[in-house]
Amino acid sequence: MNFRKDLSLPNGTPVDTSSPASSSSLLNRLQLDDDLDVETRDLFVTVDDPKKHVCTMETYITYRVTTKTTRAEFDLPEYSVRRRYQDFDWLRNKLEESQPTHLIPPLPEKFVVKGVVDRFSEEFVETRRKALDKFLKRITDHPVLSFNEHFNVFLTAKDLNAYKKQGMALLSKMGESVKYVTGGYKLRSRPLEFAAIGDYLDTFSLKLGTIDRIAQRIIKEQLEYLVELREYGPVYSTWGGLEVELSEPLEGVSACIGNCCTALEELSEDMTEDFLPVLREYILYAESMKNVLKKRDQVQAEYEAKLEAVALKKEDRPKVPTDVEKCQDRVECFNADLKADMERWQNNKRQDFRQLLMGMADKNIQYYEKGPVVYAGNFGVEEGYQVKGTRETRKSRELSSNIVAANFFPGCISSVFNKHK
Amino acid sequence: MESAEPEPSGSRPEEEEEDEEEDEDEEEDGALLPPEQPAAAMEDCLAKKMEITVSEAEKRTGRNAMNIQETYTAYLIETRAVESQSEGQCAPVESLWRRYSEFELLRNYLSVTYPHIVVPPLPEKRADFVWHKLSADNMDPDFVERRRIGLENFLLRVASHPVLCQDKIFYSFLTQEGGWKEMVNETGFQLKADSRLKALNATFRVKNPDKRFTELKHYSDELQSVISHLLRVRARVADRLYGVYKVHGNYGRVFSEWSAIEKEMGDGLQSAGHHMDVYAASIDDILEEEEHYADQLKEYLFYAEALRAVCRKHELMQYDLEMAAQDLTSKKQQCEELATGTVRTFSLKGMTSKLFGQETPEQREAKIKVLEEQIQEGEEQLKSKNLEGRDFVKSAWADIERFKEQKNHDLKEALISYAVMQISMCKKGIQVWTNAKECFSKM
Repeated sequence: MNFRKDLSLPNGTPVDTSSPASSSSLLNRLQLDDDLDVETRDLFVTVDDPKKHVCTMETYITYRVTTKTTRAEFDLPEYSVRRRYQDFDWLRNKLEESQPTHLIPPLPEKFVVKGVVDRFSEEFVETRRKALDKFLKRITDHPVLSFNEHFNVFLTAKDLNAYKKQGMALLSKMGESVKYVTGGYKLRSRPLEFAAIGDYLDTFSLKLGTIDRIAQRIIKEQLEYLVELREYGPVYSTWGGLEVELSEPLEGVSACIGNCCTALEELSEDMTEDFLPVLREYILYAESMKNVLKKRDQVQAEYEAKLEAVALKKEDRPKVPTDVEKCQDRVECFNADLKADMERWQNNKRQDFRQLLMGMADKNIQYYEKGPVVYAGNFGVEEGYQVKGTRETRKSRELSSNIVAANFFPGCISSVFNKHK
Repeated sequence: MESAEPEPSGSRPEEEEEDEEEDEDEEEDGALLPPEQPAAAMEDCLAKKMEITVSEAEKRTGRNAMNIQETYTAYLIETRAVESQSEGQCAPVESLWRRYSEFELLRNYLSVTYPHIVVPPLPEKRADFVWHKLSADNMDPDFVERRRIGLENFLLRVASHPVLCQDKIFYSFLTQEGGWKEMVNETGFQLKADSRLKALNATFRVKNPDKRFTELKHYSDELQSVISHLLRVRARVADRLYGVYKVHGNYGRVFSEWSAIEKEMGDGLQSAGHHMDVYAASIDDILEEEEHYADQLKEYLFYAEALRAVCRKHELMQYDLEMAAQDLTSKKQQCEELATGTVRTFSLKGMTSKLFGQETPEQREAKIKVLEEQIQEGEEQLKSKNLEGRDFVKSAWADIERFKEQKNHDLKEALISYAVMQISMCKKGIQVWTNAKECFSKM
């Protein structure tokens, strides 16, 4: 269905379709269900297959962007192009310019400190790939952004650079964005609902920032714990070398500690690669959303200023001038778009965080699940074996000169040790 | 004259009758073994007949020997005779207070009196191998508590030892409040103690010690080194693990704050935060249990010192023997030279007699007589020293074998309990994170 042809509100009022802003807001109002069902989804985008390119001037990574679609806006049902980070960055800027009333998803951080982070390490590239994939998927799921022509070109053009250069020259496209360049108007007061959103985003960013710091600290502590464990395990082995009867249990403990080290390393890596980046993305998201709120304030401020100017002129005009009318229109569109996007954002955020935190819990559960398996395997200890309190342990020493191993340990343990007698 | 040789200490000890032999008391070097008593059978061990506990610890202030006020901790020792079950009666509990220095006195007495026994060690005097949460302060209640347990353990070990449990001084330590110190000092055990310098000297100069003791000494050195290392690293590991758990507590707070601005997500976040608090708090119990494990290892760290003490004693006795034999040999040689007139070895006497003329036959006769007396004495001494040496090796080795089995049993148990602790810790972790996951799923 092509909404752009027949445009009228449900009450019959014709709608001005000359500006893209109105048509997009109309789309929002007419679309009953913002969240696209999987069945009705007609656009699928994936980012994968990172490849390193070594050129004379620079070395960089490209990613394969695959598109599958039935939309009429696309000439072909399938596309496969290669894009680098720069291209994603360009796309995002273009979206911000051309869809200023919408919340544009964030990109992973642009700059990485050379020497600290290896831009070409597998882990870094994979983390980035996931973030870029998420970026495109969020756009794909957006009922307005997914129809953006820059997005279309990004997904389909063989030579994106040529299009980029072309875009710079054309000023007609600039016409729209000029309208939203701030005229330096100051808003007196933010409407309550947007003030609430602003406050929410402030607190939200703050809390995420704290969580990020906590997660980093935990990883740091875990790695320091790991360092000590790596020294700890081998000492048991050394001791085992001194002993005869005790060498097996001592080697057993050493092996178990070694296993713990491996599991811990995995946990820390997972948290670094999967947990922290998503957290940081949301912090960036909140930042860009706050900027959109500010832009909205600007649009409202401009309208109110112009309205005031007209009122002060005290001209006896029955009709409000068209440019003030357009300002009012812009404010209403902006507000509507923003509210709709906020609702969508809240839903997605809730799902994303549910998944993220459950993932964190899962990783920890997996880490702890490895322990009992390894220890039980090495010591033949049954589940539910009760640790004796210290008093009982000491009383057992009264019979120290009379080893009665079988009386103290459940059958399976004594069998482990009896075979060495 | 037959040449006297020290009997090689590596010879297998013969089967000995378990008689009561009266050894002569000697005042010089080498503490003698106390009168031979048959080792107590298992059933007769004091530990079986008497319940012993160190039940309390109390801070006291008093005046010490130099009339200076000091603060110390006193420990309450409670004992009760074990009645047979059929009687159904409970004997009354007797109790008395002792301080650490008295325990030390007891142990010193036992070490000197029973040098062939691996005497159980006392818990450490000062807190060592601490990690940041524990303080190194002797007055710290945790330290005092662990010391109380260690002292009780010491008493139980002595009471279950087949030889030591029969000692009267030990029994009095447990039962006689007043005058015990005087009683110990009256035994004169301090005089029997070997000087450190002598022991060191013997270690370096002994020529033919029993190989088993040399190996054992080497083993105890290595054991001490490896357990020290283990305890040091363990303390660091505990420190780090504490940090990991405690930082998670911060999640609790921030989730709670975050939940305040959320609508649907709020409840899930809040309850998950509670589980993070539980997780952070769980480390305290985990590490306390581990502290007991560390104490078990520490006991054997100190036991290594006791083992070494027995080896040192053997070296001292062996050296003593070698010196006595050497002395005897040289005296016999002197005697021979005087009798035959030949000078085999250079001696000042020989030189002077060459220069200033030989001594008169009467003088020579007198000298020979003195020497012959000394030689006879020497031979008797050598014989008894040899016997002593063999006795010592036999009894010491028997106790060492007993000790080895005890060590293997105890440490095996400690390692298993360590494994069980680790499993339990993992299970707690799984539980907490599973609970948190469920809360997250409800977000």
